[in-house]
Parts: sequence; C-alpha cells; structure tokens
Amino acid sequence: MTSLSRRSLGSAVGLAIAAAIVLPAARVRAEETAINIDNFTFEPKELTVKVGSTVTWKNRDDIPHTIVSAGKFRSKTLDTDDSFSFTFMAAGDYKYFCSLHPHMTGMVKVE
Amino acid sequence: MSDRDHHDDGPNKGSGFSRRRVLECMTWAGTGVLWTISGGVPRSLGLVGSAEAAEAKGLTFLQISDSHVGFDKPANPNAIGTLEEAINKIKLIPVKPSFMIHTGDITHLSKAAEFDNAERIISQAKLDVHYVPGEHDFIDEEVKLYRERYGRGTKGAGWYSFDANGVHFIGLVNVVDLKGGGLGNLGNEQLEWLEDDLKGKSKSMPIVVFAHIPLWSVYPTWGWGTEDGARALDYLKGFGSVTVLNGHIHQVMQKVEGNVTFHTARSTAFPQPAPGSAPSPGPMKVEDAKLRTLLGVASINFKPGEAQLAIIDTPLQG
Repeated sequence: MTSLSRRSLGSAVGLAIAAAIVLPAARVRAEETAINIDNFTFEPKELTVKVGSTVTWKNRDDIPHTIVSAGKFRSKTLDTDDSFSFTFMAAGDYKYFCSLHPHMTGMVKVE
Repeated sequence: MSDRDHHDDGPNKGSGFSRRRVLECMTWAGTGVLWTISGGVPRSLGLVGSAEAAEAKGLTFLQISDSHVGFDKPANPNAIGTLEEAINKIKLIPVKPSFMIHTGDITHLSKAAEFDNAERIISQAKLDVHYVPGEHDFIDEEVKLYRERYGRGTKGAGWYSFDANGVHFIGLVNVVDLKGGGLGNLGNEQLEWLEDDLKGKSKSMPIVVFAHIPLWSVYPTWGWGTEDGARALDYLKGFGSVTVLNGHIHQVMQKVEGNVTFHTARSTAFPQPAPGSAPSPGPMKVEDAKLRTLLGVASINFKPGEAQLAIIDTPLQG
C-alpha cells in the first residue's frame, strides 16, 4: 500500500509541475486525478481531492467493472480500457464500489 | 466444513491458512467428482459413460456455465468457438440428456448480438435449456435483454422452479442489488418465495438448486459466495437430497455437507485461478495447449433411491 500512495503522490507532483509549466502565474484549482482499476482493485483505494476536481477511473482489467456511489453517481459498464469521469462539486466522503464485483470498494474524499 | 469455518478464514487471518482450507475443499472435489480420466470413465464413451447411462432409469441432465459470448481477451480470444466445441460434444452424447441448465454469464457484456450468438449455438444441442443469469447478463443499459429472452414465466429478477422425474429444480438469481463490500445476494423477496416454494414438498423429494454465484462461501475475499445463502440453505434443511449447482468461478469445486452437495462447473470460455493463487480472480492465461483441459461441461445423473446425484465433469479436451 505504501508504494501505491507514493505512486499517486508522484503523479500529483507530476501534474503540479506540468501545470506550473503551462500556467506559470496561477495555481491550478481544478485537479484532474486518475484511479486505475487493476486486478479487481481501485488504485489508489482512497483518494483525497479538492472540491471541483475531476476524477477519472480507467478499467485495465480483462473483465468489465462499474463505479457506483449510492445516490451520487453510477458509471456505465466499463469494458477493458474504458473510462468514466466524475467532477466532485461538494465536499464529503464518497464511498463507491463495483456493482458487478461488490468486494471491490474505494473512497474519494473531497475537501 | 461449515460456512462459519470459511468466514473464520477471512482476510484478517494468514492467507496460508485460508489457502489450506480451500485446498481441503478441493480434496473434497477429488473424492466427490468422477473425473473423466482419473475416475476411469473412458473418454470415448462421451460425456456420460454409456453403460451408466443405459442403467440409469432416473434422470440425466447437463450443466453448462459461463459461456461469456463476446469475450476475446488473451485468456481465450475465441470464447464463441469453445462454446461451439462444448455444444458439439453434447451433440455426440449417446443417450440424449433430458435437458440442460445454464448457470449464467451467457454473454460477456449483455449485448444483443452476444445473446443472439449464444442462442444460435446453444440451440444446436436441441435440448430444453433452463437459464439463470450471471452478473454479465444484466449490464445492458436498460437491463432488459436477459429478461426478454429468458425471463418469461419467472418471478422477480428471474427465479423459478420446476419438476422433472420426481426431482424439484429451483433456479435462483444472486447477481442483482449487490451491496458495496458484500457478496452475491438473493434478497428478501426471493428468499420468501423460496420458503413458500418448498412448503408442502415431501422431504424425500430430491432438490436441485442452481444459481450463478456459489451459494456457499468459496472465497469471500474474491467475492465468491452469497451473502444470504445460508438462509436459503436453512429452508433446505430436512430434505434428504439437496444438490447445489453453481458457476461463476470457472473451475470445478465440490463440497459435501450433510444432506447437501455443492458443486461448481467449469466455464466454456476461460479459466480462473484457484482461490488466493493469483493477485485477482481475473481470466487466467494458460498455454494454448492447456486451455481446453480447463474448460468444459458437467453431466448430472439422478437415480431414484440414491441420495447423491452423480456429477461428471468433462473437460473439452484431456
């Protein structure tokens, strides 16, 4: 798990650097963050983002998955390499799961 | 081995321990299943040994499962072809089985063309087929294609029962309304229907229950079990002969617990790893030469007066 969070930290730093190059004057408010679905797990399993951020899930498994947060959002079925994005406009803890394989769970914390 | 044993082996325990318990289950499989090769039934006789078939005055039916029509990934780029091979094998059985059950995941993505292709191929067996859905059969946008084709005369999401040769068959659906963090799910409405369906049945009547996800806890870490399966099994207590046939895990497993025999069938599309033996339950890529030894169908024979049904798992090859 340590390596996962380190990796996501790394990509966040990477995004920040890229943003700094493109927009040197302003700090970017809306982040774009990716969650990979690999081996029937969401990576990272827990993610913290700012209000207004867009999170994109990408299915890298050979089996379809879905992303469902009860009452909040529900993706179509994602076949291999399909993606689903959701923009979080309100703070809170968004627990979600795959409705086909409900043992797959994750959470997006929006601050 | 009770369900409770399996729950005790949950993710918090050492994985070595739960692996061992699973292997014990597989040992059960070794004693309970008549393999075509190791069981000594000659392959040339087809799915059902002709001698056995001729003696049987009871009932022989087939189980196919997890055909995943539309699957084309490396684990088997031609799932439709291996389904055809399975059906061709079934056509060669010397004594015609009474019917066939399909324990779900007929299609991979619930596309109309996938359902059409499945129907076109499976119908070539010229047998009545009793279906239950897998989670892959309910993922079209409007969730209607499975029910349009196979839902007629069923209750709720597609459950039903019927009698054949004095055996009571119950097809259950445990792939809808799944809860985050949970397993397969039957739900209250279906369980109440089941209790009612069994009311008044003679306890000597053999019962066959079939559903997609195993009703027993095979490996909850991978979601291989049914949250409220124990309640269904409660209603089946007291019956002298209960056989539970499932798919979903793409491998043969069997366990006998009191009056109940649990059995899972192979897929005709792709194998999945043994519990805990891989990072995930995803499709298992094996050498091309080995693939057909891990795919197959099952034949189930019931003889009046015998509590246990004989289940023969036959791979496509080997």
